[in-house]
Amino acid sequence: MSRFVKPVVLGVVDAFAVYGLVALAGQRSWWLFAAMLAGTVAINVIYLGKRRVPAKYLAPGVILLLIYQVYVVLYTGYAAFTNYGDGHNGTKQDAVAAILAASEVRVPGSAAQPVRVVERGGELGLQVGGQVGSVARPLGPVAESDGWRALPYAEIVARQAEITALRVPVPGQGSLRTSDAVTAAMYRSTLRYDERAGTVTDPATGAVYRDDGRGRFAAADGTVLSPGWKVFVGLENFRTVLTDPGIRGPFLGVLVWTFAFAGLSVGLMFVLGLGLALVLDRPGLRGHRIYRSLLVLPYAFPAFMAAILWQGLLNPDHGFVNAVLLGGGQVPWLTDPWLARLSVLAVNIWIGFPYLFLVCTGALQVIPPALTEAAQLDGASPWRVLRHIKLPMLLAATTPVLVATFAFNFNNFNVIYMLTGGGPRDATSPVDVGSTDLLISLVYKLAFGGSARNYGLACAVSILIFAVIAAISLAGFRRARRLEAN
Amino acid sequence: MARWFSRYGWRHAVGAAAVVVALFPLLFVLAASVNPSGTLTGSNNLFAAPTPAHYQALFTDPLHPFGKWFANSMVIGLTTAAGSVFLGACAAYAFSRFSFRGRRAGLLGLVFVQLFPQLLAYVAIFLLLSALKDVFPAIGLGSRLGLVMVYLGGALGVNTYLMKGFFDTVPKELDESAQIDGASHAQIFFRVLLPLVAPILVVVGLFAFVATLNDFVIAGLVLTDPDQQTLAVGLHQLVSYKLGQNWGLFAAGALIGALPVLVLFQFLQRFIVGGLTSGAVKS
Repeated sequence: MSRFVKPVVLGVVDAFAVYGLVALAGQRSWWLFAAMLAGTVAINVIYLGKRRVPAKYLAPGVILLLIYQVYVVLYTGYAAFTNYGDGHNGTKQDAVAAILAASEVRVPGSAAQPVRVVERGGELGLQVGGQVGSVARPLGPVAESDGWRALPYAEIVARQAEITALRVPVPGQGSLRTSDAVTAAMYRSTLRYDERAGTVTDPATGAVYRDDGRGRFAAADGTVLSPGWKVFVGLENFRTVLTDPGIRGPFLGVLVWTFAFAGLSVGLMFVLGLGLALVLDRPGLRGHRIYRSLLVLPYAFPAFMAAILWQGLLNPDHGFVNAVLLGGGQVPWLTDPWLARLSVLAVNIWIGFPYLFLVCTGALQVIPPALTEAAQLDGASPWRVLRHIKLPMLLAATTPVLVATFAFNFNNFNVIYMLTGGGPRDATSPVDVGSTDLLISLVYKLAFGGSARNYGLACAVSILIFAVIAAISLAGFRRARRLEAN
Repeated sequence: MARWFSRYGWRHAVGAAAVVVALFPLLFVLAASVNPSGTLTGSNNLFAAPTPAHYQALFTDPLHPFGKWFANSMVIGLTTAAGSVFLGACAAYAFSRFSFRGRRAGLLGLVFVQLFPQLLAYVAIFLLLSALKDVFPAIGLGSRLGLVMVYLGGALGVNTYLMKGFFDTVPKELDESAQIDGASHAQIFFRVLLPLVAPILVVVGLFAFVATLNDFVIAGLVLTDPDQQTLAVGLHQLVSYKLGQNWGLFAAGALIGALPVLVLFQFLQRFIVGGLTSGAVKS
């Protein structure tokens, strides 16, 4: 049976790979082509040979890891050294094209000429008399056999936006554009791009815009053209995070709060979970399993829903806590900076303590009863048994879980985002940051929220977060191994 | 009586208090989901005149194809869980049973790469999937399989570390005797080891399922068509706008969405109790 599985699976994988290679070659994506070819060869070498048994078990996971995790981390690392973000999205070429297109005006006195919208293989074009042109193909004569067909009315309606954005270059004159799919007029940019000098000039004012080395065209008087393009900025993003007073202050505040949030969450979850496990772990206690089944429910309830639920419960005007439990109180649970911090912490502990309760229950069960009995026979008080026998063993057993829980809460985006959105917002800060923001929600806002998205800066903060978590986890795992060795 | 209290009674008192704290918010959701008013304000009147109206609205209102969201979440969650368990177990087997160059460094490397939260790589994932769409549309932007692949990219890592710890507790003599009986490495893996490490497989699968169900950022990025979206994305959109007004709908949706996980946890909690710590303590 297994003799047939291998060739069939490998054959299917190779078939897909060949298809992908052909497609990539068609798109001239040679880097991806090389990566895919290398991957395919590696897979065949690993699975066709008799040796390399560990590689056979590691390959599928590692390949997915390389594509979806390693590549993505490397890309983030690369972007951290660029000015990627709103206004700096593409290449210089894209930016020039966008700048020229944005400054186009209708050529004065040019007559509207009748046109027909045509299509070939999905690509739209304009036909004027016997000539056809599209975005990529300047207006020129065509033969009948070229395969352009007039676009029927229904498709014109469906692709309206595409048609009005269509610009057909006409050599030496400008470009042809249509707003109604029936007539077209000549447009010309008010700016000129000098390819050799790499500058943009405005003939009307005589201003010359030069590449200022920061991914923008800037004139001598400081005016810049938009959009710019993506360039390397070296360590500038890291420098901004660490030295710009408008960003450093909030960043340090958020860093401290992130540590406090993650540390307090793990610590309090552990104390609560361990306490409950100790209280309920008593031979002969009835209903132990019922307690466990009920106490696990907050953890089993999906966390993002739990956070939304608590957002409702803690609503200052209509929430159950204020309106019913506090009899109509007006406690600003989620809008006062310190109360909001307290609230997110409390909700997070509510969500997470059952997990550590389960883990501690398990860890208590594997402590050999002979050990505690021997101590009791020697006259040790229950407190001493707990302090000197149970706790050390519990810590050794649970440290990996505690480290993982810390790392998880360090990046607990869901709870913060759903409960407070990071707010209440700090009005004195130039960046969008609030009292309960964790580093990860700050990054999310920097990169994707608000008006001026700065992806390069967000990537730089991501790299810093990554370094912090990696250092903590390394220390934690080291400690775990030392405890284990004792 | 006093003796009973000092031995058991106070324990029951503490346990009961904890149960009240744990359950009251969940009872509140249940009450809100059958409350006729459907708004946050009206929901404080617990269990007055219960009605199934919100549940009916969820499955009939075309604005929110709740049934499809639910099915999508289950399919994506279960596929991801099964894939994560399989890939993680394979890697753990390699790390636990074979010695090869770069073994220690490889294991550490896996754990560390995984510490980089996928959420931070939002834009990179978007660009990657847009590029994939041109070559393999089936795993590109807008595809559920593509989303599963993104999740599976994170299948190795801490999971592998946990599983390897558990694999290590199974004596090697078992493999050796199977080998003497003529079993291949694949037979040892599937027939001998996997049944013995079932607890950790269940735990890893459960956590992968829960993590998938909870993700709305990456899922919202990859899946744009409302019919393809998951519960997390759909419910988030439902409440991100006018939470107070859609409260009853949210409550009903949250309860149904949470039900499979709540049930799974009831059956599988003993595996969490056993699975997470037994790999760490070696007797």
